[in-house]
Amino acid sequence: MAKSKIVPLEKAMEKIIDGLTIMIPGFVNSGVPEALIKGMVDKDVKDIRIISNNTSIKGRGIGLLVHDRRIRHITCSHIGSNTETVEQVVAGELDVTFVPQGTLCERVRAGGAGIGGILTPTGLGTPIAEGKDIITVDGRQYLLEKPLRGDVALIHAWKADKMGNVVYHRTARNFNQIWATAADWVIVEAEEIVEVGELDPDLIMTPGALVDQIVDLGGVE
Amino acid sequence: MSETQNISGRDLIAYRTARFFEDGDLVNLGIGMPTKCLDFLPEGIDVWIDTENGAIGLAGPPAEDEWTDPDVVDAAGNVSKLRVGGCCFDSFTSFGYIRGGHVAATVLGAYEVDQEGNLANWMVPGKTAAGMGGAMDLVAGAKKVLIMTEHCDKKGNPKILKKCTLPLTAANEVDYIITELCVLHKTTAGLVLEELAPGVTKEEVISKTGAELIIPPEEIGSMI
Repeated sequence: MAKSKIVPLEKAMEKIIDGLTIMIPGFVNSGVPEALIKGMVDKDVKDIRIISNNTSIKGRGIGLLVHDRRIRHITCSHIGSNTETVEQVVAGELDVTFVPQGTLCERVRAGGAGIGGILTPTGLGTPIAEGKDIITVDGRQYLLEKPLRGDVALIHAWKADKMGNVVYHRTARNFNQIWATAADWVIVEAEEIVEVGELDPDLIMTPGALVDQIVDLGGVE
Repeated sequence: MSETQNISGRDLIAYRTARFFEDGDLVNLGIGMPTKCLDFLPEGIDVWIDTENGAIGLAGPPAEDEWTDPDVVDAAGNVSKLRVGGCCFDSFTSFGYIRGGHVAATVLGAYEVDQEGNLANWMVPGKTAAGMGGAMDLVAGAKKVLIMTEHCDKKGNPKILKKCTLPLTAANEVDYIITELCVLHKTTAGLVLEELAPGVTKEEVISKTGAELIIPPEEIGSMI
């Protein structure tokens, strides 16, 4: 019988310490692991680096980490949805590296898939290409973009079984599926927990083998 | 038809841009003006809306009292609806579809666009720091890149230039520029003035454009 990976939120926070690089998925407010982020705030985690697509909105999700100035550096594609992040970045108080959204996905995929980078036409001829290797394949140019990984990934699931098999829901899936592959430790918060065997194996999006801990949100979306 | 003849300004830009779509096309519409194209789809043309955050088949925001799944959001993060036959996928897959040339057309705005097909629409140094989001991938990957823009900026300065001055979103990827005055086609020879808005002359377009334009010797077509 598969062992249950469900832990209380406080237990899941033990792995999250100051100075880590944390993978946080979500698109604006959709599919963001908000309970785990709240846990980080309550634990007073500081000086972190995050890899995320954006920073939610002011006062929510990743926005809480921005507001408290818990972040040393963000790698992301967009911060426009959070006015507070924009203010801090413009004032030079928060360090950000912008990566095109598709390139961000591919770099994280490379990080989780054990490959040394990806070749993409995205960003050729733009400031994104500065300092990067350009590689020609069959007469077409591509940028070499290197892998990204984190120490911990925080994942928001719609349903998870007790061994960590995960199904995401609609566009809340977004970056969750790839982010779960590219960290040394993977913590899932799940809106609903089901018994092992209840999820259709063909529909499982993140295998439980990749998941270390599950926090039960008890039906909270 | 008489109603159509009266279309002008942003409506005209959307009306004309929507006429680049073919029935069944997968299209990605940027936030803001590009979504207006859906109000002007020609009869018999049905397009599938790609949203880079992971869906095909978005159907726009719900009506005021209509229930919709809060886990379906558009590329601005706003709650949207999925039409019957629509589907969802992860972001990595989404950008594979985009870069892989599976999106027939991407429609975006511009800060600047130039005669080499370069586009600048993500950054004004010292002023905006929002990030490029998915724009660089969309412009590099979509089959057709359609730029909807007012011909000049708010101060009346040309937005269509010989060479962009702002940091680029993509180099040499733009196919068409649609403004309230005209349609410009980026060809290997340069930027061709292909259509004019009703009542607009080629002289007016030339005077309001910072780029060198190729003016065909034959009569120039109408945007309507």
